[in-house]
Amino acid sequence: MRVVVAMSGGVDSSVAASLLAQAGHEVIGLSMQLYDQRESADAFGSCCSLDDLYDARRVASAIGIPHYIVNFEERFQASVVRNFVSEYASGRTPIPCVHCNADLKFATLVERADAFDAAGVATGHYARVVFDEPAGRYRLLRSVDRDKDQTYFLFSLTQAQLSRAMFPVGHLTKHEVRAHARACGLAVAAKPDSHEICFVPDGDAAGFVERHLDSRPREAEVVDTRGRVLGTHRGVHGLTIGQRKGLGLSAGVPLYVLRLDPDAAQVVVGPREELEQVRLTASSVNWIAGVPPDEPRRVTARIRHRHADAPATVTPETGDRAQVQFDTPQVAITPGQAVVFYDADEVIGGGWID
Amino acid sequence: MRIYLDYNATSPPAPEVVEIVSRLMATEFGNASSVHAFGQRAKAVLDDARGQIAALIDADPSEIVLTSGGTEADNLAIRGATAALEGTPRRKIVTTGIEHEAVLNTIKALERRGWSATTLTLPETGVLTTDAFRAALDRDTAVVSVMHANNEVGTIQPVAQLASLAREQGALFHTDAVQSVGKIPVSVKQLGVDALSLSGHKFGGPKGTGALWIRRGVRLVSTMTGGRQERNRRAGTENVPLLAGLGVAAQLAAAHLANTARRVSALRDRLEERILATVDGTAVNGDRSARVPNTTNISFDGLEAESLLIALDLEGVAISTGSACSSGSLEPSHVLRAMGLPSSRARNSLRFSLGAATTETEIEFVAGILPGLVTKLRRLSRTAAALR
Repeated sequence: MRVVVAMSGGVDSSVAASLLAQAGHEVIGLSMQLYDQRESADAFGSCCSLDDLYDARRVASAIGIPHYIVNFEERFQASVVRNFVSEYASGRTPIPCVHCNADLKFATLVERADAFDAAGVATGHYARVVFDEPAGRYRLLRSVDRDKDQTYFLFSLTQAQLSRAMFPVGHLTKHEVRAHARACGLAVAAKPDSHEICFVPDGDAAGFVERHLDSRPREAEVVDTRGRVLGTHRGVHGLTIGQRKGLGLSAGVPLYVLRLDPDAAQVVVGPREELEQVRLTASSVNWIAGVPPDEPRRVTARIRHRHADAPATVTPETGDRAQVQFDTPQVAITPGQAVVFYDADEVIGGGWID
Repeated sequence: MRIYLDYNATSPPAPEVVEIVSRLMATEFGNASSVHAFGQRAKAVLDDARGQIAALIDADPSEIVLTSGGTEADNLAIRGATAALEGTPRRKIVTTGIEHEAVLNTIKALERRGWSATTLTLPETGVLTTDAFRAALDRDTAVVSVMHANNEVGTIQPVAQLASLAREQGALFHTDAVQSVGKIPVSVKQLGVDALSLSGHKFGGPKGTGALWIRRGVRLVSTMTGGRQERNRRAGTENVPLLAGLGVAAQLAAAHLANTARRVSALRDRLEERILATVDGTAVNGDRSARVPNTTNISFDGLEAESLLIALDLEGVAISTGSACSSGSLEPSHVLRAMGLPSSRARNSLRFSLGAATTETEIEFVAGILPGLVTKLRRLSRTAAALR
């Protein structure tokens, strides 16, 4: 079978390509150039840099597969960077990796796969997809390596996308992936994992947002829950719910960001216990089955990538929305992040926290 | 089956070139600057090559500076000539937007060091008008650099007329002839230029070889400092075997140029006509008459060139768009933009460049598979756009 595999230059997608080639598939490697590399070859640190493209090329050559670098600068700008900036500016905390993985990478990979007559679309994500014969549909499952599971980033995949999707490392532990890379002599075997947002390698999201906004964001007042002004901050765009550091406050008790109100230019802070909430509303909800459940469903819900999913009841609503009621209060439910629903190892669906 | 239609990127070396390079690698290891017999033999090989190159461009061998390629020749001409004019009132460089990056980025670097530059845009024909050129010239103009034939669309500039206009203003005229030498007759005397760059691997020679022809009497400051090779104009021990290969390629080109050009242009025209007739929404970019015989640049409406290029490669057909960025991914052609074409067209255009070994069967194969590929890719791209 002809398979298109997205190669980031990291060890996971390299091993994914290698496993597919070993299984006898006709593999075509694609790497995506997401931003202009001409002006500053070393401006970006983590992913899709020239070094990563070099690594991907070397791996493709070692495996013996064709490799192409496709230019997605405009789409990346339009679908990921713009959304990142506007979300932060409106007091939300975006996760660009979900948009990048699902909206950009997966959607465009399927497009390219069609163009090149490839039946399969593979990535190095830690996830599993299985076909449920009786139900006649695909299921998205957590990876065997629970620590590495990346299904949180894949909740928006459709049945059509899942029918083409292949996640060859989803059955392996990270340790096994690195061992395979070493055994095959792939130069990326010991390459560190990437963590930060690739286009904000210095971690200064606020600075990035300021550079990409047309006008300077308004300075914000820092107030407590009773409206008393405690200080000022450069704007709501640099903060996230649950944040404690960087507020420039000195109070008797530690104060955390509770809410961000861009219209009033206010940052509401309070003690840690006020961060806890039991409900959230999600929008643009995708149900992996393709249709919402008929009635409220017991799930475990994850509200951040590094959050242990917590028992909850999810109730579908009209307009692709859903209510989520947790059994116990959760800390720092953050607008702009994704909430993903699981039934044991299976992803039921997910959406964006309002 | 692999079909190679990317001769403007590079061309396969002729068997005679491979033979002499590998033979001399083994037999002529001497340093051409050495006094002893080994050196003398190496020097003789270089002088032979110099003569062969000079013959191809109707020049005197003493005016040939051997280099590592077209890029070095362009750098030496533009940097060397401007450096020699430092301190004079002439502070301006005139060029066009369709030049190779070896010229454009060299001039940009000089601009950062205080030189001023005028970069001319072209009409859609891809051929500079003498009026536009004349208007850009003045007594401040130090150096003009206008390419002979363009690498992406193949159009030929009226270099002889332009050079004569430049001479009236006392400006030096350099032409990057990397894409014309070996494809069409080139005579430095008829062109009337002061400096001309050529590259070996574009006409069957080895990569890493090239030459700058520089008219005797034109002052040039060497860009590379070191030994006194190449009459003090290019320091560094000469690569004798490779340069001998360049000489042989030049000799072969001179001998076969007319025949090859006739045969290749017939194949190119056939490919072009087949594509225009069988694929809707196609057009040739640039003037179709003032053009090197092997090149055609065709735009495909509603299609990303990148996808078609990869799809063709998966079918075994090698072509290109002419422009690649540092990562190797494609970007809209600066040449087509400088010709005033919209960026959509600069994104949907492909270059087919043929060569001596191209066959009719290959052209028929490519012309045969293109309509189906284009139809499929257009359908997919419409669906994708609708989904977004």
